[in-house]
Amino acid sequence: MLLAILLGFAFSIFLVFTGKFFKGRISILAAGIPLALFVYFAQFIGRISDGEVITQFHSWIPAFGVNLGFTLDGLSLLFSLMITGIGFLVFVYTSAYLKGHKYLDRFYGYLSMFMAAMLGLVLSDNLISLFVFWELTSISSFFLIGFNNTSRESRKSALIALAITGIGGLSLLVGSIFLGSITGTYSIAEMLTMNPEIASNPYYILIVALIFGAAFTKSAQFPFHFWLPGAMKAPTPVSTYLHSATMVKAGIYLLMRLTPVLGDHEFWNTTLIIVGAITMVYSAIHTLFRTDLKGVLAYSTISALGILVFLIGQGTVDALTAAAVFIIVHALYKATLFLITGIIDHQTGTRDTTVLRGLRKVLFPVAIAGFLAALSSAGIPPTIGFIGKELTYESTFHFGNMAILLTGLIVITKILLLYAGFVAGIKPFTGALPERFENTKMPSFLMWLPPVILAVGCLVFGIFPGLIEGSLVKPMVSSMGLDGKDIHLKLFHGFNVILLLSVITIALGTVLYFTLKPTKKLEAWIAKFEKFSPQTIVTNSWAFFFKFSNGWTNLFQNGYLRNYVATIMVFTIALTGYSLFTTANYAVDFNSFSPITFYEAATSLVMLVAIGYTVFTRSRLAAVASMGIIGYAICILFVIYSAPDLAMTQFSIDTLTVILFVLVLYKLPKYLKLSDYKMRIRDGVLSLAFGTIITLLILEVLAEPVNKEVSDYYAANAYILAHGKNVVNVILVDFRGADTMLEISVLAIAAIGVFALLKLRLKKSDQR
Amino acid sequence: MKTIILRTASTYLLPLLLMFSIFILLRGHYSPGGGFVGGLIASIAFVLHAFARGLDNTKELLKIHPGFLMPIGLALAFLAGVTPVLFFDLPFMTGIWYPGQLPVIGSLGSALFFDLGVYLVVVGVTLTIIFTITESA
Repeated sequence: MLLAILLGFAFSIFLVFTGKFFKGRISILAAGIPLALFVYFAQFIGRISDGEVITQFHSWIPAFGVNLGFTLDGLSLLFSLMITGIGFLVFVYTSAYLKGHKYLDRFYGYLSMFMAAMLGLVLSDNLISLFVFWELTSISSFFLIGFNNTSRESRKSALIALAITGIGGLSLLVGSIFLGSITGTYSIAEMLTMNPEIASNPYYILIVALIFGAAFTKSAQFPFHFWLPGAMKAPTPVSTYLHSATMVKAGIYLLMRLTPVLGDHEFWNTTLIIVGAITMVYSAIHTLFRTDLKGVLAYSTISALGILVFLIGQGTVDALTAAAVFIIVHALYKATLFLITGIIDHQTGTRDTTVLRGLRKVLFPVAIAGFLAALSSAGIPPTIGFIGKELTYESTFHFGNMAILLTGLIVITKILLLYAGFVAGIKPFTGALPERFENTKMPSFLMWLPPVILAVGCLVFGIFPGLIEGSLVKPMVSSMGLDGKDIHLKLFHGFNVILLLSVITIALGTVLYFTLKPTKKLEAWIAKFEKFSPQTIVTNSWAFFFKFSNGWTNLFQNGYLRNYVATIMVFTIALTGYSLFTTANYAVDFNSFSPITFYEAATSLVMLVAIGYTVFTRSRLAAVASMGIIGYAICILFVIYSAPDLAMTQFSIDTLTVILFVLVLYKLPKYLKLSDYKMRIRDGVLSLAFGTIITLLILEVLAEPVNKEVSDYYAANAYILAHGKNVVNVILVDFRGADTMLEISVLAIAAIGVFALLKLRLKKSDQR
Repeated sequence: MKTIILRTASTYLLPLLLMFSIFILLRGHYSPGGGFVGGLIASIAFVLHAFARGLDNTKELLKIHPGFLMPIGLALAFLAGVTPVLFFDLPFMTGIWYPGQLPVIGSLGSALFFDLGVYLVVVGVTLTIIFTITESA
């Protein structure tokens, strides 16, 4: 299984080198990879439906419990088949859709990277490796949304999608670490038996909230849904593959996978039902106001994801069966609708539902696919969509005392989704063909065949539900920890309330379709509400954040060295001063100090005079020279207190510093008055305060008992271990030699920096 | 600043100061001194020369740009550090010592080469910075 996952990554790396040769006709060969993987996973169907679970284990970072463990059970099998199956069709479709595009090789690279990441995600048993693959899907999605990288809108949408799903990813990581530290393992399989312990843990609510954060952002649940319509800027194959059939279902997958670990708890169920219900109704209503085919499909996808969350929230066998079937239903019809939208866009150049009409006359096979997909989306028998809808109603209708409310919500959503499906799958093909579309040509069969295959799937699985019942649905429900034995999929359940609800849904939806025509006016009307939408709130807070950080940077990083020094001083004074004021005990024993000798007094006097001269002189060079005197005086103090090494170094450094200053200042004009007396007073007060604080600090340090352990060790071992009598030097070149190594590296880097900066400036002036 | 006294003195001061800097470098293991101070003193020697004779003369005397001393010094220090790893199977930066005594230098160990690396880097860094600033000022 590891090889199956790595194959996609290997192919995308392979394309980096051979991409040039991969753009023409042979690009279709790329589709061989998902096809091979599809066949590979399909051969497990038999074993999985017998209840077997196939696992594989590779050690990765065992010290942290992070391993590459893979599990193939009903849940991951369904997702793997969807990823590779729809992947195959999308790969084929792409070779015609982006024929001759100059970045076709990159596109395939991103797509296969995504496919591999997605397979890794659904097969991972380890939460941490799941997180890694989760992030990889976000990143490949970022590249695919921004594929049209010359468009500003594309880039912005890609960034928003990455930011939202990225935040979700972090939330997943934190949640996983919490779960890992409670259970002592990152393996989901090992967590399965610990549900009661986890649920009774005080952090349960937090963990679930974090996992929800991940699932809701990835699966575009309200209020994080807005990245998905933006992501439709991507080429249509991407919208089909990532933003409808697979990636956005990663959140759903996560919820399903963790249902046995975290589920069956009031917080889990209630939150999912509420969020799912809001999402499905909210975005189903939104579909009414869209005139862009992709916009309609984007909102109906969000709505479908809402339905799935809503069903997982109910957590009953009925509901999870309905969810399992609905995933298949949705993948089949929504991928079809996206693909035909791509064909319409590719052949006619527009996706505007208000002008598209009568295309059946020029795109007949596409029209058939659209019609079948629309029927399945509407849940009209004998398509599989009907079975999915019946199961959904069945589960909500028997859901305790909330049944009426939940059923009402789901019926409304389904009515609106029927409208959306009809608008996308039927409307462009019916009516009279306008003149401007008369010359529309049929696309290559590579483009129209994939949606037809999927649409036929909608019909075949509907007529013969037995095909998926035992092979996919039952194992999937079992892998969510429930007993799937009694599941029986069939088209006709007899005359009952559920059937009546279906009839009502279809009737009302059809009436809605024939009465409400999408217009620009409606779209403009709904746009007024954008002001309160989550997207606007997020964009505004981003804009505010940018402004704030700009202002902050300009305030502190203003490029004036004196301001930096002043800022550092003010903060040191404030923080150290506060700490000294509150904690110090000022128990300085002046009697314990040694008496002041003549040399100390004389040196200090020299220093004081030099300081006074530096501050008050009007000549720059004189100021630098007297700074040098201060430095030398400090050296003499070092000598007096027996630190000859330090004194020597300080001596040389001071000499060089003075030389440097002289070199820089020599050619400057005469002393300028840069600050008025107010600023000088301010600076003086600041300096005095700083000096006072440092003095107090040093006196306070004296009151502490000295720990000589380290210095004693060095003193004792300098000669024994390092053959040196000068402890300072031995520390520099031997005991702490690696430190010195890094320090001289830093010195070299600084010198290169100075060199580069000044030479660069010279060049500029030369140009002038 | 190009007085005749300084100019004449610099001819003798440069070799004297350089020798002094090497003396400081070598004695560092037992008495105050070492690569860092030695490097600084050597830099001062060249800077003094540049003051007296002009930067171009000093550059001509040096033949190569002082910046090249930095990688040479870093490489030397690094080699002194990895030699025990490569040849003696000891941890990074373990001191290795020549068993006997050599004339003038005394005992010889990897620490000396490390210190020599520090010396070269310091000379390279200081002179690069000062020369660059002098040229652009």
